[in-house]
Amino acid sequence: MHELVTPVIILLILLLSAATLTWVERRILGLWQDRYGPNRVGPFGLLQVVADMIKLFTKEDWIPPFADKVIFVIAPMIVMIMMLLGFAIIPFSPQLQIVDFDNGLLFFLAISSLSVYSVMLAGFSSNSKYALFGALRATAQMISYEVFMGLSVMGVVILSGSFSLREIVEAQSEQWFFIPQIVALGIFIIAGIAESHRAPFDLPEAEHEIVAGFHTEYSSMKFGMFFIGEYLGVILISAMIVTLFFGGWQGPFLPPILWFLLKTSVFVLFFILLRAATPRPRYDQLMSFGWKYMLPLALLNLLLTGAYRLWTQ
Amino acid sequence: MTEGSDKKQQLLSAITQKFGEQFITEQVGCGRVLTFWVAQTQLQQVLCYLRDGPDKYLMLVDLYAVDERLRQHTSDQPNCDFSIIYQLLSVQHNFDIRIKLALIGDYPTAASISTLWQNANWYEREIWDMYGIVFTGHPLLKRILTPPTFVGHPLRKEFPCRATEQPPFSMNEEQLEAEQQALKFDPADWGMSRQSADSDFMYLNLGPNHPSVHGVFRIALQLNGERIIDAAPDIGYHHRGAEKIAERQTWHGFIPYTDRIDYLGGVMNNLPYVLAIEQMAKIEVPERAQCIRVMLSECFRILSHMLFYGTFAQDLGQLSTIFYLFIDREKLFGIIEAITGARMHPSWFRIGGVAQDLPQGWDKMIREFIDYFPARLDEYDVLTMENSIIKKRTVGIGQYSSKEALEWGVTGAGLRATGMDFDLRKARPYSGYQQYEFEIPTADNGDCYDRCWVRVQEMRQSLKIIRQCLDNMPAGAYKASHPLTTPPMIDKSKQDIETQIQHFLNVSWGPVMPPAESFVAVEATKGINGYTLYSDGSNTSYRTRIRTPSFPHLQMIPHLSRGVLLPDLIAIIASIDFVMADVDR
Repeated sequence: MHELVTPVIILLILLLSAATLTWVERRILGLWQDRYGPNRVGPFGLLQVVADMIKLFTKEDWIPPFADKVIFVIAPMIVMIMMLLGFAIIPFSPQLQIVDFDNGLLFFLAISSLSVYSVMLAGFSSNSKYALFGALRATAQMISYEVFMGLSVMGVVILSGSFSLREIVEAQSEQWFFIPQIVALGIFIIAGIAESHRAPFDLPEAEHEIVAGFHTEYSSMKFGMFFIGEYLGVILISAMIVTLFFGGWQGPFLPPILWFLLKTSVFVLFFILLRAATPRPRYDQLMSFGWKYMLPLALLNLLLTGAYRLWTQ
Repeated sequence: MTEGSDKKQQLLSAITQKFGEQFITEQVGCGRVLTFWVAQTQLQQVLCYLRDGPDKYLMLVDLYAVDERLRQHTSDQPNCDFSIIYQLLSVQHNFDIRIKLALIGDYPTAASISTLWQNANWYEREIWDMYGIVFTGHPLLKRILTPPTFVGHPLRKEFPCRATEQPPFSMNEEQLEAEQQALKFDPADWGMSRQSADSDFMYLNLGPNHPSVHGVFRIALQLNGERIIDAAPDIGYHHRGAEKIAERQTWHGFIPYTDRIDYLGGVMNNLPYVLAIEQMAKIEVPERAQCIRVMLSECFRILSHMLFYGTFAQDLGQLSTIFYLFIDREKLFGIIEAITGARMHPSWFRIGGVAQDLPQGWDKMIREFIDYFPARLDEYDVLTMENSIIKKRTVGIGQYSSKEALEWGVTGAGLRATGMDFDLRKARPYSGYQQYEFEIPTADNGDCYDRCWVRVQEMRQSLKIIRQCLDNMPAGAYKASHPLTTPPMIDKSKQDIETQIQHFLNVSWGPVMPPAESFVAVEATKGINGYTLYSDGSNTSYRTRIRTPSFPHLQMIPHLSRGVLLPDLIAIIASIDFVMADVDR
């Protein structure tokens, strides 16, 4: 029973926190931008989440007549499923982890690659020009940044000597990896933003340029799934940052799970802060930044870490 | 004034000598603007001479027509059914010149000058749309402000002015379908091809409902990937026929309509209109009224620039700036509200002054704001102007030179960003601007970044002007005691029957202006906003021509956007700072 109950509970908590994050983001943005944000429904506007859900579920679920119906429906599911699957390998605490793969890190990279399909298929099946632009941008951007993301975490793998996330966390009992891997951390965060296409790298859905990008034609809960998928992505990337670079559940005094949640929240807030602060680079600038700076930097980091490892052994 | 008339005489004699007296007829009594009629055969040569000649009338400021058929007072002009007016500006000499062309016939023909000035293209389309005057040699004589299915030419005098003069409007399904079909973009109409040797082009319809076209502006893009090959702007979705409405409203009653021409400019729009009427009626405005006008106009310049600044950052993906600026805008709107009783469209200027005196405590509120705002501006400089992504997105994008700016009729910050310090407030001070100390910020590159930078600096200068208004607000009346002042000061009309009658007439029937023509332009928030008024000696205007800055600015977009990427176009649109109400009128 236990093996079945835990994942379900984690799933529910994740969905709930992704939904709540929509409210948190708006309130926090409000705070930073000298305005209120949603504060009318329920205490502190907390029930806004419920109101939004009711709205999304009861809205007309419209599939444009010119769209490719099957793929159009499947696309938003992919992103949500992939993001939820990604959490399967996250070690929330020493006791709480759904599965501990030996190559959990590779699983994570595979999952985040697969979610590209969601965006791509959504854009192509919508059969609309703005959606097509969004899909093209998203595909190029996510595939490119996937490369740097993968390369940046290899330093962590070298240091810990394992692909298992649990072992990576345990390897950080002496020293969190963000200190020796500060460069990798920077690259991972940037790639993570690009992967979850959040501002400032929200070019696939840049509303001022291409209206809403790949989800222009989506409505109702299908749009909701993209939305939740995006927030799950934010939480997932934050959880990964914590696991790989900030010692996962480790920390003094407080119980491990609390430490994990605390650290993850800090990075979630950082993601939101970025959205409040930065403008959006141009698409070609983003790509050339990736290939001209990120890639050499990631390779250099990998080389140096490898050399250091060989030298100390 | 004498210097101006000397210049006028010199220029006129030079032209008459060159082209022969029989072709050139001066029209006197048009203020400081030199106005003459020219024979149709000589028009092109005269325009060419003025453009390339010694005085360099490089800018075609305005081009419009007048339906002369119902005009009563025509003694000072040749007999004609329609006239077309070409207004040129020499920035170098700060001198206007107006050339009139007389046309005979119900649907006359004139030669297009779109080869001489780039921006003549749209102006001529507008004239065709509004009057049915055909321009031979025009590259694309299509409707511009009215829908493609429109029947009739609205500014012709026989076209009904009120809805009640027409049968009720209705639209059935078929008509709706036809209307929508007519709006479909066909690249062939614009001479664009569907493919090149190695790729098929994509046509993207940006607008009229798009998050960053600032209103209802549609632009059809020919794209190769995300690179823009060509663009075809489509305007007119915000056309309300303000110039037609002016022909049925009283002089006084049209003031609220002017507020909504550039709906971010508030009372700044009233200014050229009331100044033009005052010029016609020869009303001297008391100093206090002038100072109040300057102060409020500068407040609205700041308000408009604030919105520009915020949306500029927002269009580049920076979300927060606009929220901070909206808070500051709220503060300033609160002051505007306390003074005028309204926020965005106070319609507060009157013929001969302003509507009311300043309320008690106005100075405290203004002082608080001008002490508070500079620090905020500095903060936004760090947040936005010094941001490296913003710089990367805007420096070198949408660049044009002073020469191009003049050729396209660009005024305001767009012109000053190219290094030209032409500002009407300095060049020909109105409403007492000569008494204020301020600078004209200019930049050198003429790109998106510089256009924004100039506006940010202009806000600082406006604050400086407002502070001077605050410190030196003259005492006295807020309205002139001239009989055409509307509404006249009530205290006088209680004293004797003559002023009582005048008061009654002005507020009921509306003031009657002497037959005249007048033109006044001001440096509005977005560039030169000018009103040309034709009075035929009645209580309404015979023709009101509104020269708005955004109209030529928008026309330039295809020129700027060829070869850039889609996000660059958004930066260009953002940096131009237009509102569609100002374009379509």
